[in-house]
Amino acid sequence: MGQAKFRIWRTDEKGGGEFKEYSAEVTEGMVVLDAVHQIQAESAPDLACRWNCKAGKCGSCSAEVNGVPRLMCMTRMSDLPLDQPITVEPMQTFPVVKDLVCDVSWNYEQKKRIKPFQPRKPDAPDGTWRMAQADVDRVQEFRKCIECYLCQDVCHVLRDHHKHEEFIGPRFLIHAAALEMHPLDTGDRVPELQREYGIGYCNITKCCTKVCPEHITITDNGIIPLKERVVDEFYDPVKRLIQLVVRKRT
Amino acid sequence: MAQHEQVNYDVLVIGAGGAGLRAAIEASASGLSVGLVCKSLLGKAHTVMAEGGIAAALANVDDRDNWKVHFADTMRGGQYVNNWRMAQLHAQEAPARVRELEAWGAVFDRTKDGRILQRNFGGHKYPRLAHVGDRTGLEMIRTLQDHGVHRGIGVHMERTVIRLLLDAGRISGALAYDRERGRWTVFGAKAIVLATGGIGKAYKITSNSWEYTGDGHTLGYDAGAELIDMEFVQFHPTGMVWPPSVQGILVTEGVRGEGGVLRNSTGSRFMFGDIPDNYRPQTAENEEEGFLYVLGEKYQGRDSRRPPELLTRDHVARCIVREVREGRGSPHGGVFLELQTFADWYGKRASKFNAEEHWKKKLPSMYHQFKELGGLDITKQPMEVGPTTHYVMGGVRVDSDSQMSRVPGLFACGECAAGINGANRLGGNSLSDLLVLGKRAGEYAAKYARDNPRVGAIHNDQVESATQWALEPFGRDGNEGPFQIQHDLQDMMQDLVGIVRKEDEMLRALEGLQKLRAREAKVKVTGNREYNPGWHTAMDLHSLLTVSEAVTRAALLRKESRGAHFRDDYPRKDTPKFGRVNSVVARGPDGSMQIRLEQIPPMPQELKDAIAAEGGGQLPEELK
Repeated sequence: MGQAKFRIWRTDEKGGGEFKEYSAEVTEGMVVLDAVHQIQAESAPDLACRWNCKAGKCGSCSAEVNGVPRLMCMTRMSDLPLDQPITVEPMQTFPVVKDLVCDVSWNYEQKKRIKPFQPRKPDAPDGTWRMAQADVDRVQEFRKCIECYLCQDVCHVLRDHHKHEEFIGPRFLIHAAALEMHPLDTGDRVPELQREYGIGYCNITKCCTKVCPEHITITDNGIIPLKERVVDEFYDPVKRLIQLVVRKRT
Repeated sequence: MAQHEQVNYDVLVIGAGGAGLRAAIEASASGLSVGLVCKSLLGKAHTVMAEGGIAAALANVDDRDNWKVHFADTMRGGQYVNNWRMAQLHAQEAPARVRELEAWGAVFDRTKDGRILQRNFGGHKYPRLAHVGDRTGLEMIRTLQDHGVHRGIGVHMERTVIRLLLDAGRISGALAYDRERGRWTVFGAKAIVLATGGIGKAYKITSNSWEYTGDGHTLGYDAGAELIDMEFVQFHPTGMVWPPSVQGILVTEGVRGEGGVLRNSTGSRFMFGDIPDNYRPQTAENEEEGFLYVLGEKYQGRDSRRPPELLTRDHVARCIVREVREGRGSPHGGVFLELQTFADWYGKRASKFNAEEHWKKKLPSMYHQFKELGGLDITKQPMEVGPTTHYVMGGVRVDSDSQMSRVPGLFACGECAAGINGANRLGGNSLSDLLVLGKRAGEYAAKYARDNPRVGAIHNDQVESATQWALEPFGRDGNEGPFQIQHDLQDMMQDLVGIVRKEDEMLRALEGLQKLRAREAKVKVTGNREYNPGWHTAMDLHSLLTVSEAVTRAALLRKESRGAHFRDDYPRKDTPKFGRVNSVVARGPDGSMQIRLEQIPPMPQELKDAIAAEGGGQLPEELK
């Protein structure tokens, strides 16, 4: 099927880097990760990239292909224009370790900040719970997340404005949503969403939803309902009035 | 001495898939300091690929299920060379481990009355697999990960352990390098749990990722532990065969569990033509009965029996190989797996049935996988599938109750340990094994660390020899690249020690392994130590070659066909000679690999009764 040209980001030992040109033999059904592996085996054995399952299930091989955040294992060569070089570079929102590999440890720190699952008391004497499938479906959408962090990469609050200190990003808003909407969970994360997780920074441009390889409707189904909870809790005038009165009485 | 940092823990767990995470959680629950080392990022381990579900006799869907039936099913699947005590503990404790996951936040699919739903799977008599669509593994690993991160476990990501360190024959630590910079870390530990997964990367066509290089098997073996049952490598019958770049990627057994039908190029449903006698009483007599089984409905007033596509994995895989070899394969060297027949049949019974919606709901990740990687809509077109190396039943020999190997302080669990699965693993028993025996490994490793509080010494010569060995490839001349050796090994194991085995081919494989060892000694690496895949692959060769040799020697020794191990020159079971023994591999005093057969201890009457109850009062020949 011919050759494809690639421009792949290579870091140098001084912490800088540049695009280097490579080519790969294209075969039927080939994905970008295959090409990177071919280049690794044939001409650049020290080209660094992360990968594991090669089936879109582990979320390791996140990168930017022709400027778009994608999983390399799920990006088919046949969907890319091959008349010009294909650009492959690391995610831009996180520091680069080497070549296509980023330091994503910040994400692991964010998860630790979110209050863990706190189930209600079991429903049955044998210590088990009862849940309806319909209630389960809602959170299962969020629990599909493979933690590829492409949504974090594309989110302009992090990418352009670098609000890593104040905003946990779409991935962890979805994690919070999965806990908040879990049929058994009794925890309340609404105050933290407002004060610590920075949900107000999200202005619903839906870029995260567009890049999600699991097709999770991040903004509409996750972030917006959370924003509504925050509004109900902190900005509902009737509620505020009641709170004011109650506070005065006590 | 090579420059390194040292980090000390009471218990160190190597590997962060389901088994490693569960072990780490258990060990930390007892208040000890616990470290967790993994080759990839946390949460990316191969457990995420598990699709079907977790086998546990919860009896939510069929109240006749109980641990004894699960035990009998597991032993039948393993052709009675399993460690019966492990199979017993596994069947007894799996329900509690699944409920515990729910208490930690896992969200399983539900029955109509709101309990955990269970699905049918190959070799399981009743619907037994707790599941989340077809992404159960992801649910499990994320639940364990999210639960674990709040417990103070020290997580060391993207580090590979290359040597276990010993002090007077006892475990004292482990040496690892980090991928990012290639720096050394010595982990001092009172007890170590190996949970590194399998060996699939020794084969060309595999559902396993790059991580599956037999690290735990080899670390244990090098430290003096024994390996058992290494001849038993499971080839999953349904991997993708097209396009080439996705060859080997798993197509879950759930597709067949939900009514998927296998056909050859003539359109024949060939599995109905080859049902082994010992499974005939449990297999459907026609299409109607098989589909009713999928729905959990009765056939002619009695319980319907499973369709022949859900026979054990070894059998289905060999039937597919036969169809392909005899010229009845699909265009790309597999067979067809289609959903249309079931959809047409079901459509006639249920007027509102929408096939597309049904399959997207039942098999979401399969739909996604074929759509995006194969450009194929499985709700409308047949898939092409063929066998893929999936799982190794063999591994580090451990005590059934404590999961400790014969090296004091060294434990193993999950795929890198052996015993529970015997000659063949049933689908769904892996995730439950990770939970049940992972918990036990963590619990007993913690107990060992408390009972043996003296910290073992780290001996510099051991660290020095390992780091020197690891760095040698950088200084070498020549043009022996690590990737080429790995590819040649994979091709050879696939051809000579694959699904169908023969004496002369395996002897050739042993010679081939010698030659590959010689090439490994000359392997050359370019670049520096920072995130260098060539260097990492060069170091992996040692473990890949070690496990390949163990598989080949064990497969040569077992001159019969049993479970996943099929010999063309000995196509039948030979129970008098091999039905009551395990193969045991260990390193001899001269450093060469030694192998022997060892008798399986007699089974207690209570367990024999459980098996007889499922066999119409009869015991299989192996247990008489």
